[in-house]
Amino acid sequence: MKAAVIVFPGSNCDRDVAVALEASMGAKPLMIWHRDTELPPLDLIVVPGGFSYGDYLRSGAMAAHSPVMREVKARAEQGAFVLGICNGFQILTEAGLLPGVLMRNAGLKFVCRDVCLRVEATNSAFTKGYAPGQVIRAPVAHHDGNWFTDPDTHKRVEDEGQVAFRYCDEGGSLSPQSNPNGSLANIAGVFNERRNVLGLMPHPERLADAMLGGTDGKPMFDGLVEALS
Amino acid sequence: MSEITPEVVAAHGLTMDEWAHAVELLGRQPNRTELGIFSVMWSEHCSYKSSKKWLKTLPTTAPWVICGPGENAGVIDIGDGQAIIFKMESHNHPSFIEPYQGAATGVGGILRDVFTMGARPIANMNALRFGSPDHPKTRHLVSGVVAGIGGYGNCVGVPTIGGETNFHASYNGNILVNAMTVGLAPTDRIFYSAAVGIGNPVVYVGSKTGRDGIHGATMASAEFSEDSEEKRPTVQVGDPFTEKLLIEACLELMATDAIVAIQDMGAAGLTSSSFEMASKGETGIEMDLDAVPCREPGMTPYEIMLSESQERMLMVLKPGREDLARSIFEKWELDFAIVGHLTNSGRMVLTKSGTVVADLPIAPLAAASPEYDRPWVSPARQPVVPAEQVPETDPATALRALLACPDLASRRWIWEQYDHMVMGDTMIRPGGDASMVRIHGTKKALAVTTDCTPRYCLADPMEGGRQAVAEAYRNITATGALPLAVTDNLNFGNPQKPEIMGQIVEAIQGMGEACRALDFPVVSGNVSLYNETNGQPILPTPAIGAVGLLADATLAVTVPFKAEGEAILLLGETTGWLGQSLYLRELHGREEGAPPPVDLAAERRIGDFVRAQIGKRRLTACHDLSDGGLLVAAAEMAMASGVGARLDSQSGIAPHAWAFGEDQARYLVTLPAAQAEALLAEAKTAAIPCARIGTTGGTVLTLDGKVLASVAEMKSLNEAWLPGYMSKAAAH
Amino acid sequence: MKAKVHITLKNGVLDPQGKAVQHALGSLGFGGVDDVRQGKYIELDLAETDPAKAKASVEAMCKTLLANTVIENFSVEIG
Repeated sequence: MKAAVIVFPGSNCDRDVAVALEASMGAKPLMIWHRDTELPPLDLIVVPGGFSYGDYLRSGAMAAHSPVMREVKARAEQGAFVLGICNGFQILTEAGLLPGVLMRNAGLKFVCRDVCLRVEATNSAFTKGYAPGQVIRAPVAHHDGNWFTDPDTHKRVEDEGQVAFRYCDEGGSLSPQSNPNGSLANIAGVFNERRNVLGLMPHPERLADAMLGGTDGKPMFDGLVEALS
Repeated sequence: MSEITPEVVAAHGLTMDEWAHAVELLGRQPNRTELGIFSVMWSEHCSYKSSKKWLKTLPTTAPWVICGPGENAGVIDIGDGQAIIFKMESHNHPSFIEPYQGAATGVGGILRDVFTMGARPIANMNALRFGSPDHPKTRHLVSGVVAGIGGYGNCVGVPTIGGETNFHASYNGNILVNAMTVGLAPTDRIFYSAAVGIGNPVVYVGSKTGRDGIHGATMASAEFSEDSEEKRPTVQVGDPFTEKLLIEACLELMATDAIVAIQDMGAAGLTSSSFEMASKGETGIEMDLDAVPCREPGMTPYEIMLSESQERMLMVLKPGREDLARSIFEKWELDFAIVGHLTNSGRMVLTKSGTVVADLPIAPLAAASPEYDRPWVSPARQPVVPAEQVPETDPATALRALLACPDLASRRWIWEQYDHMVMGDTMIRPGGDASMVRIHGTKKALAVTTDCTPRYCLADPMEGGRQAVAEAYRNITATGALPLAVTDNLNFGNPQKPEIMGQIVEAIQGMGEACRALDFPVVSGNVSLYNETNGQPILPTPAIGAVGLLADATLAVTVPFKAEGEAILLLGETTGWLGQSLYLRELHGREEGAPPPVDLAAERRIGDFVRAQIGKRRLTACHDLSDGGLLVAAAEMAMASGVGARLDSQSGIAPHAWAFGEDQARYLVTLPAAQAEALLAEAKTAAIPCARIGTTGGTVLTLDGKVLASVAEMKSLNEAWLPGYMSKAAAH
Repeated sequence: MKAKVHITLKNGVLDPQGKAVQHALGSLGFGGVDDVRQGKYIELDLAETDPAKAKASVEAMCKTLLANTVIENFSVEIG
């Protein structure tokens, strides 16, 4: 698998996801500076978490219009896999690669804690490492993670099986208490229609090492390596 | 308008003696710009004029200390060619005026102190003190400070891994926001601030200079009285996005050989950074203020030199490296300007529009900053409060009250607003004793803590100073890490009052004694004085930040109970010391008595024993005993795990004193029951008091067979207070 | 030529910040505030001197970057 991590000014989870990828791939991914528009052949492009352009204007808005994102869009259309985590998810929605928007958390505050996620679809390279309905643990760390869209889009996302993960409790039930940010229908992560683009607010790369308290995020990277190698 | 009257001098915070000294140094009257420079160079913040004499008494060396106080931050060796660079610094007053920006820029400033020396910041911590929860401003201040710390730290991508928060009425008018940064650098690439090499270019990088934070005193000066209010914001605004770029750009440049010296522009901005660099390098410096990137047109030399705009650095480069440096800063979209060069004149010469606007001797001004030996009196000691003079409250009632009291309630509401996991190395998250980060890509881990018990310091500053250091030592020890070094943030009232000066002197003496006894040198620090409102001083608060090294990260031990049926052992001597305890304050409304004495030899002996046991993987959990005493510590271990415990009290001590006394040098540990006897025997051989006081298991905490509370109930009491308090409509 | 851009959330999009402000106003004794919606205000200094062209150009900026039209409305004022 050939993988790259895009680095924007203000990205700060670029190294974290590179470490997780390397652990699964056995090789370091390429780190691509946002001004580089000539990308080598790639199977996976990761848009990492952080505060690209300081989250000024709207989270992800300015990065979504940077030159490298035109190339990322083109690659996604050609079938390359694109993973957006946290700020990366915000960038992919702003870039129009994924449905919906990420609004300010319902509680208005930044929230950093482990949450439980229910795996809603395993028919993708991103989620094939999980069992359907499996409950996994992953940390969130965001201020704008409140996924929202209009009713028509929401219906389409649900009907097409584009929901990848939902916030849930430890038993897998959905409730307002298990929703850390007020997301519509507890949605934590969505695919595009082709399922080659995934965006999610939680950070699978932060729990991919037993020394850090858990490995529930690792199957995502292992699954990608298996599917794309 | 440029006449300098005694009023103008006073408005700049200088005494008439200091003014006369300045005139004598120059051999003429300083002009307005020069007065501004004298004022900030000789301010308490830059010169430590009240505390210098006493700070010199602190131990600052050890074989592992690479650089002690005097540079931007302290540097210690952690082996394998790696160094840890760290410091704690206050941003108290700005945070009271504008809590979000004050706290945010506090974090930004301390980050710069650390990365300016070549370190990548790997962890942030903080020590916060707010007024009484009943005070009308408290909620607003807590909310703003926490959001500001998070807003800045989260954006720069450095995990805020822990800290401490207290509430006390003495902070009603003077909150304390002490921020600490820990960074990692290669030992062969540490950067200092001494400017050397006559002719070398002086370079300004980062954000543009605006009229931010030009200090309050100058606001009162006549020169600006006609200007509109809008022109003079005194609140600095932080830009963490620029800081993140500045970190990356500086570290990229530091990987080359371009930099001779580097210094961040902190308090007093361009003035103190340029003086500091030239004075350390024993050079002169010439700067053209027209070259300084400014945010607004028409800024005066006075404003440019005194601006406290954030996210700026000053560097001296090797000749010929300007283009390399410029290309890196341009890549990161930051301002880069050559503003001057070093000279051999020993003077600071500033020009603007071709005219010399200031010409000052560097060494005399920096070296001759006043050092006072202020009069002090030893604060009166309070009598010991014997346990029999303290009423006995039912332990279940007392425990519940303590777990829900403002000083012991869970701080989850605070640390969930901080990204404490970014950088992917956080091993022990906030909420335990010390927090811990792995040293990236190695087997090593670093424990970090901040500690101080201000009520002890008021009752006995010497004992309080000792205790702050000892608690930091214990918190690090409880993770298994070896305590290595300390940074201090000394927050006190007005040093011109002998009783306050006495607090300062004795707290420093106590700290020094503890640091010597525990091989725990002070490598950096900061002093914040005049924390008083209407003559009411804060509690003396010598906050200690400390780091320790765990050579094998897999050995790390944490607070939660790990399994059912394990033995719970109490290490250290319990006398039942209730003076200054939270039990006495929260249950009986008495904030009184002598604080628990600190036996430094015992701290060391027991600390060494605990680490040795952790090193042999014998302990499954470990927790230091502090505020609230034994039962609170046991409850915390239970709440963190969801596992209960059955405890049995020890005879010979009054039950309430045993349960809630705050004797020092104690730890609660757990281990498989079958191994308890062996540990007891080993402790006995080492002459360390050790007793089995219970067994883990079940869903409730019991004492002598009686249920105190269920774990779930304790958790809900402990977790409810702060969110409940903060959700009440803010009245600001 | 100056352009003033107001960006507001579309009707029907939840505005938690607006709700919080409304709640705070109520608790400070300012009754009778039925709804609060918050938004952004952006000022642009333009080289363009033709008001119609300036407006068209700023509207394009809004659609592309300044506003997220999934959730936000914008209005442009030139002059």
